[in-house]
Amino acid sequence: MTSEQLAWKIRRHGVEMTHLSGGSHIGAILSVADIIAVLYSGVMNVSPETAESPERDRFILSKGHAGAAVYAALAENGFFDVGELVTHYQNGSRLSGHVSHYVPGVDLSTGSLGHGLSVGAGMAYAGLKDNKSYNVYVVLGDGECDEGSVWEAAMFASHYGLSNLTAIVDYNKMQSMDFCEKTISLGTLAAKWEAFGWNTVEINGNNHGELKKAFSKRFDNSKPKVIIANTVKGFGIKFMENDILWHYRFPHDGWEYDLAVSELHKSKPDGVEDIYTPNGVGEPVVPENADIYNDHTTSATWKPTWRENSEGGKE
Amino acid sequence: MRDTFVRTLIEEAKKNRNIELITGDLGFGVLKPYFEELPNQFTNAGIAEQNMTGVAAGMALCGKTVFTYSIGNFPTLRTLEQIRNDCAYQKANVKIVCVGGGFVYGSLGMSHQATEDIAVMRALPGVTVVCPGDLVEAAEATKAIINIPGTVYMRLGRGGEKRIHESISDFKIGKAVKVKSASENTEKKVAVFSTGAILDEASEASKILEEQGIGTEQYSFHTVKPIDKDVIVSCAEKFDAIVTVEEHNISGGFSSAVSEVLGEYGKSVKLIRAGICDEYSSAVGNQQYLRNKYGLTAEQIASKVKSVL
Repeated sequence: MTSEQLAWKIRRHGVEMTHLSGGSHIGAILSVADIIAVLYSGVMNVSPETAESPERDRFILSKGHAGAAVYAALAENGFFDVGELVTHYQNGSRLSGHVSHYVPGVDLSTGSLGHGLSVGAGMAYAGLKDNKSYNVYVVLGDGECDEGSVWEAAMFASHYGLSNLTAIVDYNKMQSMDFCEKTISLGTLAAKWEAFGWNTVEINGNNHGELKKAFSKRFDNSKPKVIIANTVKGFGIKFMENDILWHYRFPHDGWEYDLAVSELHKSKPDGVEDIYTPNGVGEPVVPENADIYNDHTTSATWKPTWRENSEGGKE
Repeated sequence: MRDTFVRTLIEEAKKNRNIELITGDLGFGVLKPYFEELPNQFTNAGIAEQNMTGVAAGMALCGKTVFTYSIGNFPTLRTLEQIRNDCAYQKANVKIVCVGGGFVYGSLGMSHQATEDIAVMRALPGVTVVCPGDLVEAAEATKAIINIPGTVYMRLGRGGEKRIHESISDFKIGKAVKVKSASENTEKKVAVFSTGAILDEASEASKILEEQGIGTEQYSFHTVKPIDKDVIVSCAEKFDAIVTVEEHNISGGFSSAVSEVLGEYGKSVKLIRAGICDEYSSAVGNQQYLRNKYGLTAEQIASKVKSVL
């Protein structure tokens, strides 16, 4: 399977899993799908047969809310049955909304943001100490970089020269209620990582060629590497792109699901089968009153005026 | 329950312009009525709970009454030392609000299940711990904690909880609310105590017990700290057993608080504890599914009581 084919499957599974479960975070799943697909298509040395091997590469989805993307990649790589994916969120399932280490192939349960890079640094540190050749990959959210613990880990990793550690920031510019810039500005993100002592590569994180190049890029030093992957939240399904509504909303029965599936089918790579709707769903009709292409951000209606009225802090 | 909290806070914050609400980038849709009505009394601190809590402490120490808002363990365990050192120790007027106490976010996984928060927050000196049981208690508690000096933890359910009480005329932090009296002339009598949104299951369990001939008096302990010692002691004298119900680990939480009082006053009544028996839930499922898995449905609570009596 090519990385493009896997990415498409992750997106298709993600739509089905959130649709069936009423689960959140489809926007994040679509955003990160290409990063995960490339990692699981030859970048990482992982397989069901070596899932317990001490020599395997390690992967942590620190932005655990996009767990469906990892579950889909693992299932498609034979870690467990693809048919299990539809149990996502369901009573008695293994597939919790946030990544669970009870699922074969998962190295760390996540869900509370800002934990993954520290644990990934620990894994990389142990690997260097034990003279092991495995690499550690940690995917972070951009909003997650609000957490102070991310930067504690960043300093530790550069201080101890963890060149076997790669962080990937899924930089889709949005977090849970708004754009990052309107929430807590990240400023110049790549420069921040560089200042913390990391090798920095900035790319289009929805482009597989750029992702592969970034993963294979070697630096002649002992610093950890961060890939600032510029992505689009909701990528691949136009009406979800850059709309914060789809951080929480799931594709409901009717036009939302149909339009999501039909848009995916327009970009379906050759040789990929859609196990849910093999022939697509036809051209859906979007009702006139549909809540589509609207601004759902907090700042659309949150208009504080205190600064204009404040005398404090003025010379 | 979260909407009741937001509605009540809007009313109070309109009257008291010193009230501030800070979210850790959560509450999409839920907080919208608040920030639209009171844009100057709202802040999104981003996904940074430790800083949110420290900022809240600073604002509180400059005269404001600051509500911090997040879900699950993020406003509490994630920022525990800021609560301890910067809020509680300084007696800062910070009101920490958690949405999603217990198994509310069951399907999201273990990270999102708040099942040790009562125990941990109760261990902090000077912190009031409030767990409203229904919408009426949530509204009353929101109003009341504004006037409780110092740091308060308020644990809410989510949305769609049943209203159990018609109204509460004399709501007071630290005073349990009587939900029902035990019927006379039964051979065995128990008192059922619950804290938080599991009040619905506790109420159903009390009805089941009563129907099966066990006189059952029921109280909702919306406050775990300070706990209502009077109710505990008087029930210990009158009943064959006390039953505690909490959507929380049984170690250190509500049942521990009750047992401390029983021990302190030398009461030897049987204590039956319904709660999570010191384990993490790796199971996936909705709140009802997980309550069932951990023995916290009304039927399971009732049969546990009967098997012990």
